[in-house]
Amino acid sequence: MSSIGTGYDLSVSTYSPDGRLFQVEYANKAVEAAGVAVGIRCSDGIVLGVERLLHSKLLVKGGNRRIQSVDEHVGLATAGLLADGKHLATRLRDEAYNFRDTYNAPATVQILSDRLSGYVQAYTCYGSVRPFGVSSLVAGVDKTGPRLFCVEPSGVFYGYRACAIGKGKALAKTELEKLIAKEADGGEAITCREAIDEIARIIYLVHDDNKDKDFELEMTWVSTETGGKHRAVPGELQAEAEAKAKAALEEGMEED
Amino acid sequence: MNHHPAAWGQPLTAHQQFDMYSTNPMGMSAPRSAHSHGPVQNTQWPLVTGTSVIGIKYEGGVMLAADNLASYGSLARFRDIERLHALGTHTILGVAGDMSDFQYLKKELDGLLREEETLTLTDAHPPLSPNNLYTFLANLFYARRNKINPLWNACLVGGWDFKKDESFLGYVDLLGTTYTAPTLATGFGAHIAQPLLREAYEAKAGVDLEGRPGADGRLLTAEEAEAVIDDCMKVLYYRDARSINKYQVARVTKDGVSISESKSSETEWMYAEGLRGYGGQTQ
Amino acid sequence: MSNINFVDIQHLKKGEVNLGTSIMAVKFDKGVVIGADSRTTTGSYIANRVTDKLTHIHDRIYCCRSGSAADTQAVADIVHYHAQTYTAVYGENPPVNTVAALFEKLCYENKDNLSAGIIVGGWDKEKGGSVYNIPLGGGMFEQPWAIGGSGSTYVYGYCDATYREGWGEEETVNFVKNTLALAMARDGSSGGCIRMCVITEDKVERHFVPGNELPRFWEGKEVVGGHSAQPTAVSA
Repeated sequence: MSSIGTGYDLSVSTYSPDGRLFQVEYANKAVEAAGVAVGIRCSDGIVLGVERLLHSKLLVKGGNRRIQSVDEHVGLATAGLLADGKHLATRLRDEAYNFRDTYNAPATVQILSDRLSGYVQAYTCYGSVRPFGVSSLVAGVDKTGPRLFCVEPSGVFYGYRACAIGKGKALAKTELEKLIAKEADGGEAITCREAIDEIARIIYLVHDDNKDKDFELEMTWVSTETGGKHRAVPGELQAEAEAKAKAALEEGMEED
Repeated sequence: MNHHPAAWGQPLTAHQQFDMYSTNPMGMSAPRSAHSHGPVQNTQWPLVTGTSVIGIKYEGGVMLAADNLASYGSLARFRDIERLHALGTHTILGVAGDMSDFQYLKKELDGLLREEETLTLTDAHPPLSPNNLYTFLANLFYARRNKINPLWNACLVGGWDFKKDESFLGYVDLLGTTYTAPTLATGFGAHIAQPLLREAYEAKAGVDLEGRPGADGRLLTAEEAEAVIDDCMKVLYYRDARSINKYQVARVTKDGVSISESKSSETEWMYAEGLRGYGGQTQ
Repeated sequence: MSNINFVDIQHLKKGEVNLGTSIMAVKFDKGVVIGADSRTTTGSYIANRVTDKLTHIHDRIYCCRSGSAADTQAVADIVHYHAQTYTAVYGENPPVNTVAALFEKLCYENKDNLSAGIIVGGWDKEKGGSVYNIPLGGGMFEQPWAIGGSGSTYVYGYCDATYREGWGEEETVNFVKNTLALAMARDGSSGGCIRMCVITEDKVERHFVPGNELPRFWEGKEVVGGHSAQPTAVSA
């Protein structure tokens, strides 16, 4: 970041001479500091997982969740400023409600992502505001099938087969690329149950025990097993996945 | 509130201004058109209507019944309408009166329940109880009648109350009138079915010194309750000119809500075969 | 009213052009058939005898209008606008259910000021053909077949007795044609020609039955002219 300190980073409504919006780039820094969030689009649904970093040992176990429900069939995992994530979820719930009210049908994940991206983008246009310090994974199953989108602080959004955001996303993405290799060649995507194991494995892999605080794994899914509803992954399924993840990790260390 | 930056500093629309800080009824006045003269009229009348809903508490649950007809005046216009609607897992709503208002109610309540559902993941709280939903409805009906724009319905709310570990049954109508009782009926049913329901209920449960039913604490079994309900629906079919012989029965117990397939009463007419003329006529 | 600026809307409403009507929509395996008579009246004067009451809302969605011509045209125009916007924004045709919901919303929220009975029929990729009835108060009722307008009250019995599930296009078209002819024959506010639309995935096909080629049913006994008046001599 060569132009730091040249005065072009004070307002989001001012470009730097080389056409950048520093405030948006700083917002991305807030995202990169957060625990990783992973989403996978499966053959029978979608699965979301986050590495919820615990900043204090005094926190209630299992509380302060970072994956939220937007509509009955759509979940939202955010990485970045938690409070911004809450606000975006509230906004998205409003959008989902309004869509149903107007059209008598649930909004698709793409439409919701589009609405969210429009909202987030507006916060990059005004001098009086700061951009949102979160990237969001919007995931769900609608009439078009399982869908996964990622909305970034700049307001851009893309559809993904699998996606990771937050700290260690690069490593997570290389793992995800291996997972979707078969699907990319025209084969079937993995199932939700497989994805639960994989996400647990990836998050444990990405988590850096030495540098990072403790974390709790948080997973939700929308699948045929949940009747198309966004639900927390059942405790026993998640415990199983975590056990496998820990085992795989230790195995990997021995190899090292 | 609209948090979109583009909306900042903009005047609020009438819809946004409405009770933004939840101060109702303080400082509120009916919105009036600057060009109107005389009183604002917005009370309608029911057009497509459903007739009675009846309900009774029984051992371990509560039962509601309503026929499948939506009338248009005296025309039996829609004959496959469901007037019993499940609200979540342990509440049932039965609605008589205007069917467009019923559809509005359904949307409103389903929206509320969906919002609750989306919040449960991050914000653990108990689900809306039958009592909560009943209170919500009562407030809604009363607020609308105070705007002289009522929802033209009479409703029964049945459910299972986990706090008290007993069933719930309540009535609310277009005026905001509310009452609860072990047996209830709306409209024509209040005249025809209610006495039959009470009779059956009190025969088992007894009456205390103040005339309150249920002194013995013994309730009808599910089978007995359904027999009374069936009987009431038959009599209503005989005597209510806005009814049809096709109805559904809903039950709520600890285990949840179940709504039956539509069914018909066995009716009796043969006794009239030999009837001749009127008065003294014999052939 | 003493105020000279007061306009009695109710009086104006009474003089309004009304679609005293017979309209209909029936679902079949490949789509829907919708139909209507062509008479528009003010009181007992026929203001238009060749009206088209089948109104285009979107590529594969039409509605049949009954009630006030002005109200239903205004509502249909608004829904048409929303349907076009839907396609522009979401890149696909709106489902029939969504269009019906838009009609319902307008009719329900403005029930005090509207007299509109609308039947929505169309084809979409989710459900195939579907029919929604939105009667006067603004409720929404999905039906395999729907009839509406003043003429419909005379033919409920005929429809109940005749309709069968599983019909193909030809049988459905005949059912609509016969029902409307019967309604038009008994309802003074309905008449003229029959207009129909067959809406399927592939196309929207118009059918027209002129007023002198309507299906005919029992029309009362033939009146025999036995009492013709004898010419009487008139003196110049």
